[in-house]
Amino acid sequence: MKALWKKYKQNKLAQGIFLLIYIGVTSLSLFLAQKSVTAFLLLLASLLLLYFTSFKNLTKWLIAGVVLVFLLPFTASNGDGYQSYMEVATLVGIYISMALGLNIVVGMAGLLDLGFIAFFAVGAYTYGIFATAQANNFMPFGHFPLSGESFWIFILLGCFVAALFGVLLGIPVLRVKGDYLAIVTLGFGEIIRIIFNNLDRPLNITNGAMGLSSVTPPRLFGMDFIYPSQFYYVVLVILIFTIFTVLRFEHSKIGRSWKAVRENEIAAQAMGVPLVKTKLMAFAIGASFSGMMGVVFAAKQAFVDPTSFTLLESITILVMVILGGMGSVPGVILGAAVMTILNLQVLTEVTNWLNQLSTSGAISIPDALSPSKMQRMIFGLLLILFALYRPQGLLPARNRKYNEKALQKGSKGAAGETIPEQSPIEKAQEV
Amino acid sequence: MSILEVQNLSKKFGGLTANQDVSMTVEKNSITAVIGPNGAGKTTFFNMITGVYQPTSGIILLENEKLNGLKPHVVCQRGISRTFQNIRLFNEMTVLENVMVGMHTHLKAGLFGILFNLPTTRKEELATEIKAYQLLEYVGLDSFLNEKACNLSYGAQRRLEIARAIAASPKILLLDEPAAGMNPKETKELTQLIKKMRDEFNLTVLLIEHDMKLVMEISEQIFVLDHGEKIAEGKPEDIRNNPKVIEAYLGSGAVHAG
Ligand SMILES: Nc1ncnc2c1ncn2[C@@H]1O[C@H](COP(=O)(O)OP(=O)(O)OP(=O)(O)O)[C@@H](O)[C@H]1O
Ligand SMILES: [Mg+2]
Repeated sequence: MKALWKKYKQNKLAQGIFLLIYIGVTSLSLFLAQKSVTAFLLLLASLLLLYFTSFKNLTKWLIAGVVLVFLLPFTASNGDGYQSYMEVATLVGIYISMALGLNIVVGMAGLLDLGFIAFFAVGAYTYGIFATAQANNFMPFGHFPLSGESFWIFILLGCFVAALFGVLLGIPVLRVKGDYLAIVTLGFGEIIRIIFNNLDRPLNITNGAMGLSSVTPPRLFGMDFIYPSQFYYVVLVILIFTIFTVLRFEHSKIGRSWKAVRENEIAAQAMGVPLVKTKLMAFAIGASFSGMMGVVFAAKQAFVDPTSFTLLESITILVMVILGGMGSVPGVILGAAVMTILNLQVLTEVTNWLNQLSTSGAISIPDALSPSKMQRMIFGLLLILFALYRPQGLLPARNRKYNEKALQKGSKGAAGETIPEQSPIEKAQEV
Repeated sequence: MSILEVQNLSKKFGGLTANQDVSMTVEKNSITAVIGPNGAGKTTFFNMITGVYQPTSGIILLENEKLNGLKPHVVCQRGISRTFQNIRLFNEMTVLENVMVGMHTHLKAGLFGILFNLPTTRKEELATEIKAYQLLEYVGLDSFLNEKACNLSYGAQRRLEIARAIAASPKILLLDEPAAGMNPKETKELTQLIKKMRDEFNLTVLLIEHDMKLVMEISEQIFVLDHGEKIAEGKPEDIRNNPKVIEAYLGSGAVHAG
């Protein structure tokens, strides 16, 4: 058995064939079944399988692209469950983006943030206010709601406004460290929510607890976006942008300085890393993804109110990061996907199933014990189990491996005999 | 020619005076040692130079420019980098990345360049990797490049800290007890390394050390602190025979007895 596994791990062809069969079977069953959550989940799981193959990165991206852009929406579109699948997939995408943003702050820069949902709220309200008649209340000029075409600009706007909020919150908050930082960010997250909840007087900006309803749907080439199956593509594009950005930053000067600050602030500073700037950058970049997704969320729900942005949401995103693996991009993606699906699909399905059983009289379960009501307890248990048995998360963070051979060659090529005297970086740039 | 000048530097922690009116001039390209019994205020002195602590009074001049009030990262940009008495590596990062962080101040990549992976950014990253690798070769850690820093042996961690500090291309390198915890063989290699670095990188080395053999062997100038005050300065042979120094180390009475 072990030998077979070893062989499989080395044989790309076998991996390819297995993956193809797996994707084929699951997508076919999703296509044929009227409503099969299992098939849907199994097809999504093919991406995990793909992650563990030894294909080149580009190949993996292409296959994942094909699955997500064509295969998943197409095979799901055949049954009644289509929109509900796409709704789940869209939410998964939104949560992954947010978790990746929080991962920059918590996982890479080591700043525990318990109020992260605030930036999502900022994005959602940015669009919500101007895409409803709400803005007429306080804007002296212009006519609101803005048209659905403006949505695309608002994605960018949400990104920048959230980043700005990240910096504004960061400046006072980053004076404190460690546990204190967690408490202060928690406070700020709540303050933002409460402000949105109360900003209907004296000037009605957010419409308070009533929320903003009938948000204008996005519009592109004369087509209105109202179905989850349409938002799915918007989310997919932003998600891919997020993942690329995160990976780029992780393996750059900035990513290294985040990790350096996390590992040892004093040493990082002594090596020339500006502490405040580095932390603010983590806050701003992390927040920007949430801001974008907030805009999408507002448009998708067509309704924004403060109850979507509670502390529990902040904690849920944090749990995604911790379960997935702090600092690990693939881990956080998996963590967010698993948590969202668990929350939206598995728990509700199990509840439905138990309900059916109890109505048919097979068993009787009191309503208070239904799994969907025990969401927090289940998440809590999961966290405890992970803390005990797998503290680094599902896919622990791994450092990039540098190619020793190439560096050896580079080192000989660049240096002649020994190391150049001053800064060889500048020298290398001249060449 | 002097490169670093410190005038009447004092540091008080509440009622405790850690440094009292310390003045010294460090010659360019020299290897200078700061010695003294435990708690004499040596590390505090380094911390003031590197901006970790702000002096209570006194001034610090690097090539005649004041360093007082600057943040540690600015001091690093000005050309002073250091190692720490209690090793401070980026433990979860690889050995190579530790050194790459050392080059932070010299990297020009901006947000835009990183996001779009512009050719200049890519080139700079590659050059950074190669220089970091060269520095690892220099301190003999090249075979550990992908190892986590915390997995290195104690002596290797000390050398990695030196490589990281050198990566900032400093004018002055401050070493806080670089030989602490090393065996005699490692200490000997370290002595060679410090000399070699000084010559090849055109460095000025200022070091704190308790290993008197090492200190006497490599330093050209020695400053002695005791109870926060400078009690002596001079060449190794002068310091060795200075009664005040012997008294500080061995307690009063030792001079007469010996
Ligand atoms: N942040 C601080 N707060 C309060 N007191 C401090 C602080 N840092 C150092 N001290 C005190 O200042 C004095 C000098 O300490 P310092 O670490 O500079 O000594 P040292 O010469 O480096 O000693 P060693 O050889 O043991 O490293 C000690 O009494 C120490 O307790
Ligand atoms: Mg000390």
